Amino acid sequence: MSALPPYASTGQRIWFYTFRYVICAFILFFLIAPIITIIPLSFSSQDFFTFTPEMLALDPAGYSLKHYEDFFTSSDWQKALKNSFLIAPAATLIATSLGTLAAIGLSQSHVPYRRTIMAILISPMIVPLIISAAGMFFFYSRIGLQGEYLGIILAHAALGTPFVIITVTATLVGFDRSLTRAAASMGADPVTTFFKVQMPLIIPGVVSGALFAFITSFDEVVVVLFMGSARQKTLPWQMFTGLREQISPTILAVATIMVAISIVLLTVLELLRRRSERLRGLTPS
Amino acid sequence: MTASTTLDSVDSESHDQAAGQGPLTKDGIPLKRSLARALRREKLRALLLIAPLLAFVLVSFIFPIGDMLYRSVENSIVEKTIPGTVRALNDWDSESGELPSERVFAALADDMMLAQEIKIHTRLGSRINYDQPGISSVFRKSGRQIKKLEREAAMNAFIGLNADWNTPEAWATLTASEQWPAQFRYTAISLDNWKAWLASEEGDDADPAALVPHGFTYATLYHDLSNMSASDLSALATSSDAPVAALFAGVPDALASFPSDDFKGQFAAIEKGWTEIDNWQAIKRLSPPIIDSYFLAAVDSERTDVGVEKKPENERLYLGLFLRTIFLSMVITTSCILLGYPIAYLLATLSVRSSNLILILVLLPFWTSLLVRTSAWKVLLQQQGVINDLLVWVGFISEAGRLVMINNMTGTIIAMTHILLPFMILPLYSVMKTISPTYMRAAKSMGASDTLAFWRIYFPNTVAGIGAGSILVFILSIGYYITPELVGGTKGVFISNRIAYHISSSLNWGLAAALGSILLVLVLALYWTYDRIVGIDNVKLG
Repeated sequence: MSALPPYASTGQRIWFYTFRYVICAFILFFLIAPIITIIPLSFSSQDFFTFTPEMLALDPAGYSLKHYEDFFTSSDWQKALKNSFLIAPAATLIATSLGTLAAIGLSQSHVPYRRTIMAILISPMIVPLIISAAGMFFFYSRIGLQGEYLGIILAHAALGTPFVIITVTATLVGFDRSLTRAAASMGADPVTTFFKVQMPLIIPGVVSGALFAFITSFDEVVVVLFMGSARQKTLPWQMFTGLREQISPTILAVATIMVAISIVLLTVLELLRRRSERLRGLTPS
Repeated sequence: MTASTTLDSVDSESHDQAAGQGPLTKDGIPLKRSLARALRREKLRALLLIAPLLAFVLVSFIFPIGDMLYRSVENSIVEKTIPGTVRALNDWDSESGELPSERVFAALADDMMLAQEIKIHTRLGSRINYDQPGISSVFRKSGRQIKKLEREAAMNAFIGLNADWNTPEAWATLTASEQWPAQFRYTAISLDNWKAWLASEEGDDADPAALVPHGFTYATLYHDLSNMSASDLSALATSSDAPVAALFAGVPDALASFPSDDFKGQFAAIEKGWTEIDNWQAIKRLSPPIIDSYFLAAVDSERTDVGVEKKPENERLYLGLFLRTIFLSMVITTSCILLGYPIAYLLATLSVRSSNLILILVLLPFWTSLLVRTSAWKVLLQQQGVINDLLVWVGFISEAGRLVMINNMTGTIIAMTHILLPFMILPLYSVMKTISPTYMRAAKSMGASDTLAFWRIYFPNTVAGIGAGSILVFILSIGYYITPELVGGTKGVFISNRIAYHISSSLNWGLAAALGSILLVLVLALYWTYDRIVGIDNVKLG
């Protein structure tokens, strides 16, 4: 039903167009409109959360960059930004390196207790965040890591590893084992084989796993709320308290910046996916 | 050791067989053995690669979850704070209708003296207060007054009998005797209490070996002695250990005429809460180190003297909240199915080029920060927000009739449906992609109408996708915290919000842990179902 057949009846035609241009259009509008709406609002020259008459009239006076200025000059937001860019990369590094090794191990043909190990490694993704945060808060405060950068980094790394495992394992599924055998038959040792043959092929999976781990940490707020002190507040932490206490339009500016970051990440991921499929000899779809 | 023996025997067996005509490798080792060795090496290598992450996840994630489960039943605080009292209460029959004996009060005075010195009595008070509201002020008030208790009666009686009782040597003799500590259990606890108290009060300079303990310890000693059997008592007075015998000479006969410190009366004068049997029953009930009271509280029940009972109607909270969480999650899941199905269908039937474009519209919200989407809804749904403005402008509602769409269930349902919709669309899409259009054409060629063909042919093929998507959305929704907290007000919050409240505001961590454990079991059960239907390895991202 990708297109309407020429013999379609009037009823069928009406349904076809209603479905496509009314129902689906409405749902897509529902999906995307909230995100699109906040972008112009963030450029408002007023502290309101709705379109002012000047903005609707496209009067330049209705628009300003003052909320962005707030964001870049406020010490609270800058501190939060710095913390976010300190914690997320550190957590990503741990999650990606350990996760990639484990994914390679898991993809070997004979792994004892594979199901159990997989269940344990994936569990941080399944357990609701509030429970992970509660458990980590209790445990980390016992060992004195509560309110420390290290505690949050370790917690975020643990939350990010399942994504690395899943993406890297997915790339390894299509991996042709005869390639490593070919390398070995020509005298390469396992380490050389890994770096020269296997690594280039799985690198897209590793990078997209790392992106997932990064966004997990970058976007995570529950664990930070419980485990962090005021010193470790991150962007989401600052947004959350801002939204809960008194909502200031600066949040919309931050939100717009974060939407821009997601668009960049999404594009990178899509390019990586295509590259990975090309490398493995599949036609990108 | 065992393992290597087994391997050896296996090896020698295969040797025996190979000695005949089994295939050999170039090195002369039987092929079977060589293969087994290679397999073992491969397994080991795989495990070595997995080990670092496994260890990391165990320490940083699984232990904390285990710690939470443990905390939901852990209750060592009572026994740690008032050890003597807990022990003395063992002999008290809580159903007798009588207050505990003077001995229990003496132990309480002794324990409280140390507890208030190191300021842990209020913490104990708050703990017991969770189960016995009102008792925390009893502890707080008694803590302030404890130093004023008269406590010299038993001490003076001992000294009056034998002046040596006023020397540290007497205590050295007692603690060195063969009956110590087996027959002086409470005195031993009291002596430890006193040493800890002394260290806290005087610092490390004070040497307990050069001082005599305070009156509470003498009172405890008196109770230990008067609860001994006559033969044990006389064994002390006639001990072959001369100093012990000298110390206890005359004590057995004099005990009956010892004046009482009357701690019971003194406590009653400080705080009448100590004369209420309910309070003592609560303390006794809560003295075991492992306890189910948090779990009972989490399902709106409590343990009373007649057994486990439901709490009174107006105090029930959590079962209703669990039900609301499940109900709202079901509503959200249903909305996701209704909104997700058409989009997934559209994606599956459009040409690759256009479906990629629409897929981006689905993935952009998926990739956008949760807080960004929540703040967007907060802005849109406000009474002075964009949606209400639009509706007023169009004329659907009047200026005064602006809709309340936030800080209630509506807010939670709208925002969470939006946030979780991609999790429904993606699994549905991957199932629909595999359904060949020829099925529908075949049905229609045999005379089925569009509707019939859809319901009889297409829909049944997508049920697996609906199941997978629904469980995924339901699991995610049931544990949500951030969005309900920000847009749910009081009517639209989930059980997670209550857990967070107990962790950061009320500090009732045990109850938070119990609620969390119940939620965890619920999610794991759902996840197990998901695994049976979809399979853990089929989790796909993006």
